[in-house]
Amino acid sequence: MIIVGAGQVGESIAADLSDAHDVVIVEQDPDRVEEINYNLDVLAVEGDGTSVSTLEEADVADADMVIASTDDDETNIVVCSTAKAVSDAFTIARVKNTEYLRTWRRSRSAFGIDFMVCTYLLAAESIVRVVGLPAARDADTFADGRVEMAEFDVGEESPLAGQTVAEADTYDSLTFAAVVRGEEMLIPTGSTELRADDRLIVIGTPRSVRAFAGDVAPDETALSGEVVIIGGSEIGYHVARLLADRGVDARLLEQDPERARQLAEELPETIVMETDATDIEFLEREHIGDAEVVVAALDSDEKNLLASLLSERVGTDRSVAVIDQSEYVDLFEAVGVDVGVNPREVVAEEITRFTRAGGAENVALVESGRAEVLEIEVSPDSPLVGEPIRESIRSLPDDVVIGAITRGGEYIVPRGETVIEAGDHVVLFAAIEHAETVASML
Amino acid sequence: MSIRVDYRASLSLVGTVLKYLTVPLCLPVAVALSYGETVAPFLLTVALTLLVGAGLERLAPEPDIGAREGFLMVATTWIAVALVGTVPYLVEAHGIPLLLEPIHPGSTLGNPANALFESMSGFTTTGATVLGTINVTDHTRGVMIWRQLTQWLGGMGIVVLAVAILPELSVGGAQLMDAEAPGPGIEKLSPKIAETARVLWGAYLAITVVEILLLYGLDLAGMAGANMDAYNAVAHGLTTMPTGGFSPQARSIEAFSAAVQWVIIPFMVIAGTNFALIWHALSGSPEKLWRDTEFRGYLGAMAVLTAIITGLLFTGGFATGVPEGATFDAAYLQQYAGMISGNLEPAIRHALFQAVSIVTTTGYASMDFDVFGAPAQYVLLFGMFVGGSAGSTGGSIKVIRWIVVAKAVRRELFTTAHPEAIRPVRLGGRTIDERGVRGIFTFTLLYIAIFFLGALVLYLDVARAGIEFTVLEVISGTASTLGNVGPAFYRLGPMGSYLRFPDSSKLFMVVLMWAGRLEILPLLVCLTPEYWRR
Repeated sequence: MIIVGAGQVGESIAADLSDAHDVVIVEQDPDRVEEINYNLDVLAVEGDGTSVSTLEEADVADADMVIASTDDDETNIVVCSTAKAVSDAFTIARVKNTEYLRTWRRSRSAFGIDFMVCTYLLAAESIVRVVGLPAARDADTFADGRVEMAEFDVGEESPLAGQTVAEADTYDSLTFAAVVRGEEMLIPTGSTELRADDRLIVIGTPRSVRAFAGDVAPDETALSGEVVIIGGSEIGYHVARLLADRGVDARLLEQDPERARQLAEELPETIVMETDATDIEFLEREHIGDAEVVVAALDSDEKNLLASLLSERVGTDRSVAVIDQSEYVDLFEAVGVDVGVNPREVVAEEITRFTRAGGAENVALVESGRAEVLEIEVSPDSPLVGEPIRESIRSLPDDVVIGAITRGGEYIVPRGETVIEAGDHVVLFAAIEHAETVASML
Repeated sequence: MSIRVDYRASLSLVGTVLKYLTVPLCLPVAVALSYGETVAPFLLTVALTLLVGAGLERLAPEPDIGAREGFLMVATTWIAVALVGTVPYLVEAHGIPLLLEPIHPGSTLGNPANALFESMSGFTTTGATVLGTINVTDHTRGVMIWRQLTQWLGGMGIVVLAVAILPELSVGGAQLMDAEAPGPGIEKLSPKIAETARVLWGAYLAITVVEILLLYGLDLAGMAGANMDAYNAVAHGLTTMPTGGFSPQARSIEAFSAAVQWVIIPFMVIAGTNFALIWHALSGSPEKLWRDTEFRGYLGAMAVLTAIITGLLFTGGFATGVPEGATFDAAYLQQYAGMISGNLEPAIRHALFQAVSIVTTTGYASMDFDVFGAPAQYVLLFGMFVGGSAGSTGGSIKVIRWIVVAKAVRRELFTTAHPEAIRPVRLGGRTIDERGVRGIFTFTLLYIAIFFLGALVLYLDVARAGIEFTVLEVISGTASTLGNVGPAFYRLGPMGSYLRFPDSSKLFMVVLMWAGRLEILPLLVCLTPEYWRR
């Protein structure tokens, strides 16, 4: 595996992959090369990833995969094209500009890139998922949208606090995958008691997950009010666009007149306002406090923190902030931001799902990578096939939960007696240390 | 002071356009020959035009024009062709010294001011007339077909035609067409502007031919009324598509059957539609028509006006008496009031015909709408300010501008409540930049200002000449000439004429028609010192 660019994303992917693969990182900055060599169990090479000689030095001819993850779109594209020219490696490029993504999607082989991920778009999609499912800290869809995974906070006033899992689970098509209590991650049984401040990871049909969201926090049912997006960055733009697609009213605040005009032209259904979002007088006059969710998508973490706090102060229910520095996510959430979204983490997650061995179709990292929810198409020689789950689950590590099954597009509720067939799609939860083993077993 | 505009180049191109104008003169020559009339008026016109054209061309043998020269060229072309257009009228009334006796010495077009008015009214597709009597016995058939042909030539635009034909205009052509074509901006239908111009003229010619065939077909089927024949089919085909409105019949379209009136309505509607849109519709994507905001607004405006007038006429909203000097008598009023009140088909047909004719600025009439009551007349006056679509042959303000103005006003109301909001003005998914919005506001305001000022000037002038006119006449006459509509109200109505105006007023109206056809700015800009000096 060759990773070009040792930024946050590159490092995060490398760290993820280094357990199971030989990873080579190509990086131009010598200090960074040294740092990586010390910090991670990978080989860091100094050089320009766009030059054939550097790539050959990294043994590109024998590489299975080349991941271009520098901060520059064009560089990433050239890296992939170059790698494709001299090897058969699977190439993954990370881009910011959605224009490239659009070009690539038209032929799926443009630029010699086998898979392209767009930072801003992914971050925006992730924000929209969180916004669309209030009370959820995290949400992801599987099996063409038929299965949804969500992570909820059990608040003090939540009616769920004090109930057992058996009492709380009133939905047929919902599986409680895990309960996170402090540093501990529990696999719940029917008698597990839920407490305030627990986090709950559930897998089920989108409808049941949405309905369950109402149980967790009855005050915050499905999004009905307005969303205010602060900052017309690329992420802010995509959030506005995606919300408009879903018929959600949104206002977008942008300070720069030219950018505001451009956004207003591209977003016919969004009300774009040219203003400084930290102007309290404006926030009150325009009743920003009445908004259901405020999404802070300005270009700096500090501004996003400030904007989120200000909006909560004028009365907004929920705030979602884009946070570039992954170290800040926990801090900001502690200070008062409801959900922090780190674009790099989102991208690393997306790339990781492609690098997983064992043919995992889709992967979501939960609890900052402590566990995974993955979708797998079951092969005929999988130990799961042919036996009721109650029996077959024994061959898997302990902390694996089968959350949902789809067969030919039909949702099947996994029960002890359910028999899995080859070709079924299984969405399962696994602690990170077993995830790869499980993926290769099935 | 030095002049920074290469006016020689502009005039040289005007000369070229004039030279080519001799080609369409073949039609009146052919008509005159087939009816055994003298072709002398047209031969003299050809000779004069060639002479003047060649003379102007000598000013600059290889003209190279920029944007400024373009404005001058377009503005000058229109006055030049209008002047050339007077020749057959003058020759018919005065003859040619030593060579030709006067053919119809009583013709009102013997007065040069009248001849220029009629010619400008023709080329600008206005359709206002100063003919004393309209028929083919007091005038030759050749001259009457020339009168129709001037409208057809002016409709799609003489400069657009020149761009289609003249290779030397291929580079600056887009700007020239923009200066001449109605509406804000032009749409290129193909990468080459000359090709676009050819496509527009081709579609225009084709639809004209279809209409002529239909009208003649109705005649052959005996459904067109006594007055229709091949001559009239051609004559009316030539003035429907350019939204002109001239007719060799004194009673306009009233002279024909209801079937003819029904056939002409859709052609007026097409004439007032953006030709680029029609071209798209004909070349396989008719859904573009319904998706077009302007087209829907245009149909909507006509539908609303028609509905109001239908309601008024159906419930008997006619004039209460016959004013002195009116173009109709008590019997006519009685006849129409009796025929339309309470009868749906005639009420709808006459309301629709008049509304479409006025909104598209054609100016035909299926009856003397002077017998309408004041409310229905007012609806028509209102319609004179709507106009056809951009890129059509119609005049006046144009539907698209009103749509943009309405949207911009709505935006203004929104931003008054929410000062920080940014709302681009959108038209069918595309945004119009603020320069475009400003341009449209400027034009609309300028148009209305010129209308009010023009009416004032006209009123002062007729008062100076000591001729009595009513306020309605002056106001509707100004709106009608500036908007290239044609008929106005009362004695200027569809069965009346502009003959009563003093010569000075007629010349002023020539300027109004000229400005209205070029949408004011290209003409006005040539009159500013900044245009000439800097």
